[in-house]
Amino acid sequence: MTISRRDFIKTQAAIAAATAAGTTLPNIKNADAATDDIRWDKGACRFCGTGCGVLVGTKNGRVVATQGDPDAPVNKGLNCIKGYFLSKIMYGKDRLTKPLLRGTGGKFDKASKEFSEISWDQAFDIMAEKWKAAIDPEAPEGATKVGMFGSGQWTVWEGYAASKFMKAGLRSNNIDPNARHCMASAVGAFMRAFGIDEPMGCYDDLEHADAFVLWGANMAEMHPILWSRLTNTRLTKEGCEVHVLSTFEHRSFELADNGMVFTPQTDLAILNYIANYIIQNKAYNTDFIGKHVNFTKTVTDIGYGLRPDHPLETAKKGSGGALTKISFEEYAASVAEYTLEKAVELSGVPADKLERLAKLYADPTKKISSYWTMGFNQHTRGVWVNGLLYNVHLLTGKISEPGNSPFSLTGQPSACGTAREVGTFAHRLPADLVVMNEQHRAAAEKIWKVPVGVIPAKPGYHAVLQNRMLKDGKLNAYWVQCTNNMQAAANMNEESYPGYRNPKNFIVVSDPYPTVTAMAADLILPTAMWMEKEGAYGNAERRTQFWRQQVDGPGESKSDVWQVVEFSKRFKLADVWPQAVIAASGYSADKSLYEVLYANGQVDKFGLDQLQKGFNNSESKDFGFYLQKGLFEEYRRFQFEGPKPGHEMAEFEVYHQARGLRWPVIDGKETLWRFREGYDPHVKKGEEVKFYGKPDGKANIIFAPYEPAAESPDNEYDLWLSTGRVLEHWHSGSMTQRVPELHRAYPSAQIFMHPDDADSRGLRRGDEVKVITRRGEVLTRVETRGRNKPPKGLIFMPWFDAGQLTNKLTLDATDPLSKETDYKKCACKVVKA
Amino acid sequence: MTDTRPTHAKGVNRRKFLADTTRIACGACVAGIGLGLYSKQAQSLPANALRPPGALPEEEFLAACVRCGLCVRDCPYNTLKLSEFNGAGATGTPYFVARDVPCEMCEDIPCVPACPTGALDPKLTRIDDARMGLAVLVDQETCIAFQGLRCEVCYRVCPALDKAISLERSANIRTGKHALFIPVVHSDFCTGCGKCERACILEDAAIKVIPLQLAKGQLGTHYRLGWKEKEQHGLAVEGIIDLPDRMPEAVQ
Repeated sequence: MTISRRDFIKTQAAIAAATAAGTTLPNIKNADAATDDIRWDKGACRFCGTGCGVLVGTKNGRVVATQGDPDAPVNKGLNCIKGYFLSKIMYGKDRLTKPLLRGTGGKFDKASKEFSEISWDQAFDIMAEKWKAAIDPEAPEGATKVGMFGSGQWTVWEGYAASKFMKAGLRSNNIDPNARHCMASAVGAFMRAFGIDEPMGCYDDLEHADAFVLWGANMAEMHPILWSRLTNTRLTKEGCEVHVLSTFEHRSFELADNGMVFTPQTDLAILNYIANYIIQNKAYNTDFIGKHVNFTKTVTDIGYGLRPDHPLETAKKGSGGALTKISFEEYAASVAEYTLEKAVELSGVPADKLERLAKLYADPTKKISSYWTMGFNQHTRGVWVNGLLYNVHLLTGKISEPGNSPFSLTGQPSACGTAREVGTFAHRLPADLVVMNEQHRAAAEKIWKVPVGVIPAKPGYHAVLQNRMLKDGKLNAYWVQCTNNMQAAANMNEESYPGYRNPKNFIVVSDPYPTVTAMAADLILPTAMWMEKEGAYGNAERRTQFWRQQVDGPGESKSDVWQVVEFSKRFKLADVWPQAVIAASGYSADKSLYEVLYANGQVDKFGLDQLQKGFNNSESKDFGFYLQKGLFEEYRRFQFEGPKPGHEMAEFEVYHQARGLRWPVIDGKETLWRFREGYDPHVKKGEEVKFYGKPDGKANIIFAPYEPAAESPDNEYDLWLSTGRVLEHWHSGSMTQRVPELHRAYPSAQIFMHPDDADSRGLRRGDEVKVITRRGEVLTRVETRGRNKPPKGLIFMPWFDAGQLTNKLTLDATDPLSKETDYKKCACKVVKA
Repeated sequence: MTDTRPTHAKGVNRRKFLADTTRIACGACVAGIGLGLYSKQAQSLPANALRPPGALPEEEFLAACVRCGLCVRDCPYNTLKLSEFNGAGATGTPYFVARDVPCEMCEDIPCVPACPTGALDPKLTRIDDARMGLAVLVDQETCIAFQGLRCEVCYRVCPALDKAISLERSANIRTGKHALFIPVVHSDFCTGCGKCERACILEDAAIKVIPLQLAKGQLGTHYRLGWKEKEQHGLAVEGIIDLPDRMPEAVQ
């Protein structure tokens, strides 16, 4: 960076302020118009999964302003307060511009508290040394000691290139995205119920529905623009109702016609009660369930995803997620015990409110869209609870048509587009394929032009397991890109930090900023972000959106995809593949992974002449071919040649012209509602509804019972602790906390507490307190007023504040099926500091 | 004075309270003279200065305050400052600027008992009853909520949210599918703490806390808002009947 942030703000103040804010200061605006040399281009917001379209204004190599794209279908020119400050997120004054190695004078020293600047060459030298030391090409399959932790904020091709590098290159499935922490339960439930990932509906449901139900989603703060659409429908459509369920009262309750605060974990019981109500009142859709649904039940008492020697794990009787077919009558008998009385007793929600909700779902004249996010997904029974909601929609046939939509919202801009569609999970491959399936592996190996047997069949370490394995010294060379897991992963004191600092391990973190995670690493790689590279995101409604590189990254920063592809040059096949596999491949053992994976005649097929005219493309110019296009077009082959149709996307160039398209894209047309004749080209005439992810075209209704949380309050730890977000900050705050205005708007985390709970502990509003769990303690302050109103017995704490690490408190219990952590429930106590 | 300070925010009609304070502060004089007087008194203060919680009406406050600085000393958040000497009447008096450091509304209001003279009224025991000023969304042209953007930072940061500031929702005609969320301040509950002004994300805040003397309008006593009267007291006239309308038969 040659210009300091302060200088930049000073010099740009007048023009940037007027254009960015869309102000009506007539003189400034006119002056700007007269000398307007801002170049505007299409982009997508960097934050949540909503995927608002933005226009990005650059001048003199800087992004100086943004505006909501007035014609973007999602947001029509609007943004939330984070999107309003997009132009500032790349210009925090502590941007990293050079690789930094732990130790002094460029010498690695694991024990050092200092970092020193090194060159990229030196950085890759030491990385290659550590990786090769951890790789034994002849080791039995799955015994890999290298790993990677990626992101739902990676661009589509970044995730694709990294997944290919790990799974085909290093023959390690130890790659997992941070989306494990947010979407894995949703994925698990999609696969179990429908056999294909991602929502059947789209955002247009927000205008088509007659009623909305929020299950563990505070859309008012977390999906502000979608909430704006939902609110408009509530205001303008006669009879429209909004029902909101949560474990504490939050901003979405403001619009609720029926707001319900339930005891944590009892959403399982409420949903079974609704199913029971529908059956008792014969409100199910006989025709629909007869033609399109199978009834099943799941294995129960499956533990809590803790370490195997934990008492909760040794006590469990079941394991896994196997489904058993049952009859409708058996299903009805299973939910019969979930009477209104039982649901009231467990949940604490008044009977009339629960009954009103059940009646709504049962009403054949009401089109209902249900939304959920982390309240469902970050749940030790996350896959179950997602499925229980599908049960309700499937029983009534309220699915896959305008307004009738169970809709899993995403929290990251490309949790769908990258983490899920590209398959960066430890068990997945592109386009919904999985490593466990031989046919799927073979399809991937063929498209990737690598020999059969290269991709290991066993899923690798998932996010939580990666930290455990680092601590246990079984994962030794580890690369974190585009995420801040030291601030996110639960039980930091016991399970995260020890692994990063384990002397056996070498930890690399790629980030634009010195995050908590970067500061715990051994090597920090300065990373180009957002508009500093050509990119693509896929939002929650299956919409894929592209942008061109608008500016260059500061200093020596490089994008994640450049880092992965460049690093691949450091490996020869002999370093990573067994001799027998190399022999079978017909490749020379001296061939580099770069040549096998990227300069493979496919990824390097498109020349620099095809680059976006008038825009830089740093990576492609370095490698000599249009990298992003090559990666995307190779990825598309999975959609058309792979064994699972239904994920088709348009050609690369189309996305640079369109405001995003919702897959499957067939014959240039996007698909708004899947699985229904007339809307989805994969459903033939006369088939009506076909859940084609399943071999018989039928969706699964899956019975699962209520089971308690992993850790509930007791005499000593007497409060529930729930963590989450606020509108002003996004995730760990590494971008939004660097925007001065957003920092000022919400500078520090605090705990939201019921006034009576504060009183009974002798606490006043604003007092400094310690929040203590069995795993750690955090200093914070008490808030008894304001935006969140917890019931007695529960506190809520936002996790954006790097100065108050909530993950010292949270429990690393996960859903044993999805391996996603429950960040919403553990036991804590609060004492005066 | 004692009857002018509300002891329960809900119990005292704010409009009446303001009317009374204005009367005592400047008699029955016209507002213009009142403003002039205020600005003259306050000339050693920044234009956006606010008094601590419980401060008497400005003229009385200036008379009662002995410039001891004890309230400033006892403010745990360094909100309060002493005005600098420039020979004018308000020199040495406590004030705060909301955009810099707002009042955190301590439950025990430590600045008030610190005051030895009653310039900060010791009868103020509930911070919700404080009236340090009134938040006013002064610039609707730059406030991005009016454009349909989802900001509302001032609302969510309000310690009395949904009472002192609420969101008024309406359809966004321009987009046809979004809503507007307009922050609206209610003087019955706004303490003037200034958290909203502090948090406003614009380069200059669109919402500002303004001294009460400047902030409030006053509705004439000769007119009542019929629907509000009815809501509070029922219809003012009893025994009115509403005969059915004659509609075309097809409509019936």
